[in-house]
Amino acid sequence: MANIGDRVRQVLDEHIYKNVVWKSVFRHGFPDTDRNRTLVVLSNVFLHLHPAKLKGHAVRMRYTWCMGGLSFFMFLILTISGVFLMFYYRPTPEYAYSDIISLREDVPLGMFMRNVHRWGAHAMVLIVWLHMLRVFMTGSYKAPREFNWGVGVILLKLTLLLSFTGYLLPWDQLAIWAITVGTNMARATPGVGHEGPLTSMIGIDAGYDTFQVVHSKSDIRFLLLGGSIVGPPALLRFYVLHCVFLPLVAGFLMAVHFWRIRKDGFSAPL
Amino acid sequence: MMGPLLAVAPQPIQGFFDLVNLLCEPWLFFTLTMVVFFAAIYFRRTLVKPPVALGILIASVAAILVSFMSPQFKAEASKPDNAPIFMLVYITGFCIWLAFWQAVKNDERLARGEKPEEYEVGKTRLHVWPYLLYIEGIVAAFVLAALFIWALSLEAPLEQAANPAKSPNPAKAPWYFLGLQEMLVYYDPWIAGVVLPGMIISGLIVIPYCDPNPKGLGYYTFAERKLAVTTFLFGFLIMWVVLIFVGTFMRGPNWNFFGLYEPWDVHKVLSLNNVNLSQMFWQDGMGKALPAAWWQREWPGFLLILAYFAVLPGVIMKLAPKLYRDLGFIRYSVLVVHFLVMLSLPIKMYLRWSLNLKYIVSIPEYFFNI
Repeated sequence: MANIGDRVRQVLDEHIYKNVVWKSVFRHGFPDTDRNRTLVVLSNVFLHLHPAKLKGHAVRMRYTWCMGGLSFFMFLILTISGVFLMFYYRPTPEYAYSDIISLREDVPLGMFMRNVHRWGAHAMVLIVWLHMLRVFMTGSYKAPREFNWGVGVILLKLTLLLSFTGYLLPWDQLAIWAITVGTNMARATPGVGHEGPLTSMIGIDAGYDTFQVVHSKSDIRFLLLGGSIVGPPALLRFYVLHCVFLPLVAGFLMAVHFWRIRKDGFSAPL
Repeated sequence: MMGPLLAVAPQPIQGFFDLVNLLCEPWLFFTLTMVVFFAAIYFRRTLVKPPVALGILIASVAAILVSFMSPQFKAEASKPDNAPIFMLVYITGFCIWLAFWQAVKNDERLARGEKPEEYEVGKTRLHVWPYLLYIEGIVAAFVLAALFIWALSLEAPLEQAANPAKSPNPAKAPWYFLGLQEMLVYYDPWIAGVVLPGMIISGLIVIPYCDPNPKGLGYYTFAERKLAVTTFLFGFLIMWVVLIFVGTFMRGPNWNFFGLYEPWDVHKVLSLNNVNLSQMFWQDGMGKALPAAWWQREWPGFLLILAYFAVLPGVIMKLAPKLYRDLGFIRYSVLVVHFLVMLSLPIKMYLRWSLNLKYIVSIPEYFFNI
């Protein structure tokens, strides 16, 4: 039996790698030579997020913990499961809760997709924290990577905000009270929250009375919630932030983050 | 979450619960976690040894299984949204071990005058295809499988429909913000909810610019970055992870503090005898009535805070003159202000527990309380 591997290679070479369609899509042959292995990465826009070669330690799991890649992987899973959920969900108090119920009762795989989305979101928060921990523990934020560390911190913040805005969408007791507790802090923002320090000093003196510029109907919390309680406008705002605005910003910053890793190189001892 | 299901825990276990509840006085619990933290760093060479680490893991799993005999712990631990807390504790614990295991090995190499292990391994250059992409693919497949198993076995919570008229007690933020909610006990919302979260973000961003140490780039080490690693881990583990744990398991109705296994009694009454620094100074110290004007009343507090942020940077400068020389005035100030603000949280906690101090500066007229 003259080596099955060689036989397979021969068939692939004759029928696949010389095929017109294959050659129009992929620009490399069987990846067992240095040249072809390099081309696998260089000729693919997605794989080209990586360099063609890496120093040995940067491949080891004990060094990277895979956390950076997994953060991005979680973002992709959440995007896919999130799009699925959007088909069945309407962000108004009349429908939001019952849509989640029908996701559980009526939609094929509905509950499964919701579970994947929820647990994936929790996991992503944890994974992003651990990614930061790994980068810190290897001192990888040091020059020339200072800026990219900062981009990463903003991405961590966006991850928390994405998770937080999504928490409201089921519109159950857990959701509105967690968001009420969370957004109550905004009342106290100095200068722009109606219960914040310095805020009461900002007023217009009309002689007979002082008009407060910032009050419970004009402060930063009102802007965030579209009202003075967590009500219908807050649900719509959080939905739009969760499904459109925050993912776009995160995607934009991820592009910067990945590009900078490629430019600065993966961290390595000097 | 599975565990032994018993209506009443056997006698010795009940004794264990009582002991733990006794240790769960806020000041004692927090002090113990800090002692454990610093002891773990000090004894890192012993703790990273795989048999020792494994022993700790087994002991902690046993402790959790036993904990499930407590109805209170079981009720909280079984909430689906608290599942991430266990992952947080175990996966973070594993990652910290992995980092220190390599750091200790590298520190031994460095002490012998050798280069870190990463340097030796990094001499070989590997093709991303197949060496890295295979790892990425396999890890992604495992994580996806784990997520699917998690999604099949545990349903996402869905409570009653939202009702703005009916607030739960306690009303809790999502688990990853419980550290911030815990800070609200000690600081007013403008600090705990706005200033501190803002300074966590800004503090993280300025780390690279305020760490003048050129060593320790690209490899695990503790010996070469003692101060940086200890400070960061103190912030992450004590001021964030431990506070999340406390917020999840030890804060019950009315946000009262409960022992880990203590039933959450809605009617638990705690004497609220917290006093402001101004009251301590004017009434208890001077034996006078509080001055009416806020600037007269509060100057001791302002003086104290001014001293904290003006004198301590000078003291640190004397203790670590090299740090100041390396960083220069602006970066040194940024670093020290962030460091002191972080430290102000445990300081305020201990002042609350020891002196029942409510506010250092209290000007309710302007919602300005510190």
